[in-house]
Amino acid sequence: MTWTPDQPIVSLKKVHKSFGTLEVLKGVSIDVMKGEVICIIGPSGSGKSTLIRCINALNDIQAGSITVEGQEVHDPDLDMLELRKKVGMVFQQYNLFPHKTALENVMMAPLKVLKQNKAEVEERARALMKKVRLDGKEDSFPGELSGGQQQRVAIARSLAMNPDVMLFDEVTAALDPETVKEVLVTIKDLAAEGMTCILVTHEMGFAREVADHIYFTDRGVIVEHGPPATFFDEASDPRTQEFLGQIL
Amino acid sequence: MKRIAGLNAPARSDMAVLKPFDVAAHSPDGYIFTRWVAALPWWTPFAVFMTMAIWPSIAYAQSNYSTAQAFDALWRWTPFLLKSGFFFNVLISVLAMTIGTVLGAALGLAQISLLRPVRAGSWFVTQLFRNSPWLVLLFIVLLAFPFEIRLFGGVIRIPDWIKGVIGLSLPVMANISEVVRGAVQSVPTAQWEAAESLAFSRRQILWQIILPQCYKRMLPPWMNWYAILTMATPLCSLLGIEELITLSRQAMESEDNHPELLVPFFGFALVLFFAYCYPIARLTMRLERKFAVKS
Repeated sequence: MTWTPDQPIVSLKKVHKSFGTLEVLKGVSIDVMKGEVICIIGPSGSGKSTLIRCINALNDIQAGSITVEGQEVHDPDLDMLELRKKVGMVFQQYNLFPHKTALENVMMAPLKVLKQNKAEVEERARALMKKVRLDGKEDSFPGELSGGQQQRVAIARSLAMNPDVMLFDEVTAALDPETVKEVLVTIKDLAAEGMTCILVTHEMGFAREVADHIYFTDRGVIVEHGPPATFFDEASDPRTQEFLGQIL
Repeated sequence: MKRIAGLNAPARSDMAVLKPFDVAAHSPDGYIFTRWVAALPWWTPFAVFMTMAIWPSIAYAQSNYSTAQAFDALWRWTPFLLKSGFFFNVLISVLAMTIGTVLGAALGLAQISLLRPVRAGSWFVTQLFRNSPWLVLLFIVLLAFPFEIRLFGGVIRIPDWIKGVIGLSLPVMANISEVVRGAVQSVPTAQWEAAESLAFSRRQILWQIILPQCYKRMLPPWMNWYAILTMATPLCSLLGIEELITLSRQAMESEDNHPELLVPFFGFALVLFFAYCYPIARLTMRLERKFAVKS
């Protein structure tokens, strides 16, 4: 099966995931088209992070199907590295490599994994640092950067692999309020350039502004979804209304 | 928490949100010896030595062999004890540490292998040598190893002190194995995940991302084991291997075994070992504090 851009770039069908006896995802289906920005919102413990981590196979699933560009993610014969070259991920805790400078963090994967030419990689890494507005911080170690700066390096590090899809797992949740904005601006730029983004977030204003489609999850199921305009103003399910009532 | 295959980090929870930030590092108890040595003021062994040196002049007052004569004998023997004795203690400790570190690093990595038999086997070897009395290991190596090897028609003699090196490197190997395993496990699993999501292979993650973060963490416990090993080298004297203690006893015999010689000669050995290990212990504790704050 070959994938064409008119088909969903990421497609989840009836995904079930449990940790032991605890069922975290109970049949979740989501389709994401190329260039779309998807926000997944919902109360804590509703399985949002688990869901997003299944897409690049950091978590396995028990039933259902997840495809990225037509390739089944949970096929045991899948070339995991090929999948992860296509799907970039940014974490809540940044997870930069503390023994490398910011620039080295960005350069490492293209150099070691893709075996690309060093001069080219460095040029691209410097451009990415500029893009996330961190030019001048290339030689700083992660420990010397603020949370917001580290998170932007993490975004640049992921982009250096030229992924087709970016996953953002509550990337602003660990940040000081004043640095949240700089990270969100970076993501907004990316979305504007047509990068396919799947975000788990608590930033409702941001979701409303950038998302093409919003999914609301609660206790392992998708309760409701729709484009932001209709979702925020016309949510019909009482669970969604309760959640939005608490947040907004 | 995602379980990194091969790492025995206990999966306290599989929920991403409950992921522990850090897996318990090597136990702090490992530093008991170094902590104790480092806490001593530098003049301690000299105070002990001087106190003991005065003592026989009272106890053996009737004897016609004076403390001054005993120290005179020690003075005469000192160059010999240093060159043929303590030098060998240092040599044995350096070689045993080198061999133990190389084998221990390999064994430690085998303990986090993806292959279950490799993991189980290396765990067993580690525990076996870690929990055996050092002297027993020394005896086994000394008695079980041939004293010469025939190779390509020639005969290679294996001197006893080389066997001592091998015997002492075994417990070092086992303890370094644990240091390596503990250090790898002390790196947050989030680092593995971040690297995995960047399409690094397991081998690349281990060698390029995890281990480089471990070297700093491993240095203090590694130095701690070196100090312990150095202190253990006199065990070789029980096997007749020529080192400081063996030669001290031989020197005393050739000085007619006067009991007044005991304290100056063994006290001298004590001061030598202290002088060698004390700076190592102080440096170890300083590095331990420094790295603990930074990481």
